[in-house]
Amino acid sequence: MVSPLDTKLFRDLRRMKAQAGAIAMVIAMGVLLQVMMSGSTNSLTETRRAYYERNHLADIFVTLTRAPESELQRLGAIPGVRQVEGRVIGGIRIDLPQETVPIQGQAISLAETDRPGLNQVHLTNGTLPAIGSDDEALLLEGFARARGLNPGDRLQITANGVRKTLRVTGLAQSPELLFVAAPGELAPDAARFGVVWMRQDALSAIYGMQGAFNDAVFAQTRDANTSEIIDAIDSILDRWGGTGAFAREDLISDRFVMEEINSLIIMSRSVPPLFLAVAAFLLYIVISRMVQSEREEIGLLKAFGYTSFEVSAHYMKAVLIIAVAGVIAGCLLGVAAGRWMVGVYTQFYNFPFLVFRPDTFSFIFSAFAALTAASTGGLFVLRRVFALTPAEAMRPPTPPDFSKTLTFKSAVARMLDQPSRMVLRGIARRPLRTAALSMGIAGGMALSAGMTTIYASFEDNIDLFFSVVDRSDATVIFTHPVGDSAATDIARVPGIFAVEPAREVAAVFRNGLRSHRGGITGLPHSPEITRAIDASVRPIPLPDSGIVLSVPLANKLALAPGETLTVDVREGRRPTLQLPVVAVAESLLGAPAYMSLPALNRALKEPGRMTVAHVMFDSAEKDTIVSTLKAKPAVAGFLVAEDAQASLEKLMNEGAGAARYIMGVIAFVITFGVIYNAARISHAERLRDLASLRVMGFTRPEAAFVLLGELALITLVAIPVGSAAGYLISLALAAGFSSDLYQITATYDLASHGFAASFVVGASIVSGWLVKRDLDRADLVIALKTRE
Amino acid sequence: MQTAFVTRGLTKVYGEGHAAVHALRGVDIDVPQGEIIVMLGASGSGKSTLLNILGGLDRATEGQAFFQDTNLSELSDRELTIYRRRHVGFVFQFYNLMPSLTAGENVELVTEIAENPMPAAEALDLVGLDHRRDHFPSQLSGGEQQRVAIARAVAKQPEVLFCDEPTGALDSATGRAVLNVLRDVNVRLGTTVLMVTHAASIADMAHRVVRMQDGRIGEVNVNETQKTPEEIEW
Repeated sequence: MVSPLDTKLFRDLRRMKAQAGAIAMVIAMGVLLQVMMSGSTNSLTETRRAYYERNHLADIFVTLTRAPESELQRLGAIPGVRQVEGRVIGGIRIDLPQETVPIQGQAISLAETDRPGLNQVHLTNGTLPAIGSDDEALLLEGFARARGLNPGDRLQITANGVRKTLRVTGLAQSPELLFVAAPGELAPDAARFGVVWMRQDALSAIYGMQGAFNDAVFAQTRDANTSEIIDAIDSILDRWGGTGAFAREDLISDRFVMEEINSLIIMSRSVPPLFLAVAAFLLYIVISRMVQSEREEIGLLKAFGYTSFEVSAHYMKAVLIIAVAGVIAGCLLGVAAGRWMVGVYTQFYNFPFLVFRPDTFSFIFSAFAALTAASTGGLFVLRRVFALTPAEAMRPPTPPDFSKTLTFKSAVARMLDQPSRMVLRGIARRPLRTAALSMGIAGGMALSAGMTTIYASFEDNIDLFFSVVDRSDATVIFTHPVGDSAATDIARVPGIFAVEPAREVAAVFRNGLRSHRGGITGLPHSPEITRAIDASVRPIPLPDSGIVLSVPLANKLALAPGETLTVDVREGRRPTLQLPVVAVAESLLGAPAYMSLPALNRALKEPGRMTVAHVMFDSAEKDTIVSTLKAKPAVAGFLVAEDAQASLEKLMNEGAGAARYIMGVIAFVITFGVIYNAARISHAERLRDLASLRVMGFTRPEAAFVLLGELALITLVAIPVGSAAGYLISLALAAGFSSDLYQITATYDLASHGFAASFVVGASIVSGWLVKRDLDRADLVIALKTRE
Repeated sequence: MQTAFVTRGLTKVYGEGHAAVHALRGVDIDVPQGEIIVMLGASGSGKSTLLNILGGLDRATEGQAFFQDTNLSELSDRELTIYRRRHVGFVFQFYNLMPSLTAGENVELVTEIAENPMPAAEALDLVGLDHRRDHFPSQLSGGEQQRVAIARAVAKQPEVLFCDEPTGALDSATGRAVLNVLRDVNVRLGTTVLMVTHAASIADMAHRVVRMQDGRIGEVNVNETQKTPEEIEW
């Protein structure tokens, strides 16, 4: 048996379905975002963990020059090492018939056994190369897909100077190659770095590694101390040219994945609460108004003998039904959106399977936040329900007191007609309510402006990077450090009009307990093509001694100019250097460290060497230039700036960055919800006045002016406030989106704010129109007889 | 004698089918110009519905209602608005003043859009409230608010003043003051006053008394002499 009060409740909700729907939608959007973001973060973390576990990804990695297989026993005997495997890995060049630019790649050995070991590949198509085969290979699926290659196809490679034709037996994914990037590339790009797996004997033959290995992977026992194992490995492999063992978290592929996951985590902690807060605030405003408008009915119920508590519970139910509906819709939509997003990520990250695991905490957190906001709003107003006596509630209300608000001096008065005065006094009499509505709209505007600013910042940063920091048209990568005459050699190629030598050196940076695996970029003193820049986008000249750190690196190592950095060089003689930090450079992409090339070469005791050349050329001559350079033996690869820019844009749009588009849509939906509710509230409050005006002979547009004039003023106030708050939000978002891989600096982007403001104005016009339509339909007589 | 309104077969049905409510069932009435007409009747007898149709707030389902030579039934929404703007004034039980405008501004609200209004001060003077012109409704008593509402309704110099329970929310002394103002408006400006009320005694101040019953005109009585509001038994 449904109580009459509950029947009333459901009818009331049905009557105000548009507004209730708008409120529930705003809540749902906040909840959706929270559930989606933390759900996809959770799922990605979980998928990564499960994938690593199932395919036995190693805990420790090391690359060396060459060690006899007998050393594997010593390595396996290190306390804490559970399993060790030696491999042969080598750089290759892949020649595709239709491609002029040589493609860099890597060949990895597969043990001559079917016993599963560490770093197992995940076969997606075809079969493994036969044991003992010397011309069969597995191909990395991402590369195969990007290049349209399939099992059965032939592949031309050049490895260690040997040209070889391989038959592709199958396609595979690997947990150590979730992301692949060619050496020197800023962003991973599946199409421009190929990986093949061949049986170990075949690969050993090519690289002269019979009975030896040049790469080892380790699994450790559960409670082993990783850094002690690493030290033990390094001391054994030092004489075999070990470049320093490193833990899984320093594996390039995993670093990319973790960077992306971390930036998702930061986003999911910073952005959805912001959205939820705006939603909660709006809810409070709307619910206050809703309860207030039921004044007379509250009196009536009390007169019948309902207690204040029962009456309050009745209204609280309405509030909670709306909130719960919003939460449920938000959770369902959030799970759906999360599923979709994780699907996109799975593709992007090359995971072979997907573990979808929504975050239980996010359901509880967002439900709690939404329900608290709703009930606080309700409770605040229900205090008044307790205070109201039935007789008082049912008497026609005394007109609201306007005597203390705006009085107009005669000069002003002549300029204002009566409807305008109604608008102004309506706003002035309840500044708090006006402010609350305005702030609600400003909140929506701020979210929208913040999001659009971030879109623009992404673009601006990439543009800035390629127009100021790296102005090269291409980068030539050599297989090994070459003499700087190579630069002069390249400069002679027709069509190339500028060449600058540079050197990339792998190194580990240390400051106390902090460390970072990265590299030093050696550049000319005052480079023209690729440069370090300061905060005002001016090039920083590289002094004859010392190192220039990029902002993220300086932050990570907690170093400032004047302090000293320890650098363990991982190549050549592998010296340990003590270098003064001379300046901090802005970094838009990556976390580089710069030195002057002569200083770097001096420190390495290898004068006059370079590993890359940055070139500028006439784009019309690109193909000839590429084929000329390709023929040079020491050239390992060739990076075209255009391609690099495209793959960066792809990374930002398809990775964690994809979430920002969903956030943008949600920001706009919330903004519309806020504005529509503001219009509805004004409409409810003004209905009687508006009907009176119509009775007096005011036309519909004239009467609507009083209503829409108020909305227009509230919106106009909201725009500058929202724009200022949007700027702050964009700063917060920029910090959230920035990572070691790319840094986003939010500036006040006029176009973004203009767009958000136009949206707010547009949403006001649509909301105004919807409300005016209701006004036109309103029954004058009934409207007049309702007391308030 | 000129007539302000003529209706023939005026019918108003709310809703459809089983739920249909017949508010008016074929009303034929001639309302002479310049008189005070009081309409009496129980709740639901149709008196307010008739007033709303004549006032241009509502439309008849069937039949015709003429204001002078204008057939109200044929007017568009826009034309009805103009009709209300130019020819008629309303006074309601709950005053319906704009709380955000002073007494004077409430009157000016109408004079700004009327074709041939009297000055707002004169309208307020007519109801004896010129000295309260800068007061907001919240600073006025119920009777004063109702008198401002009347001033607002007459300021445009309408041909007809519609009053729906104008004394319904007032005590007897205040009610009398309001009725005095209505009578004054009728005498001094020649405005036709059409008043709907529950209080039968008010009929004594009317020229003509229309009793309504179940959506029909029950009887129409003409008072040879009219009492002043002071003489009315309340």
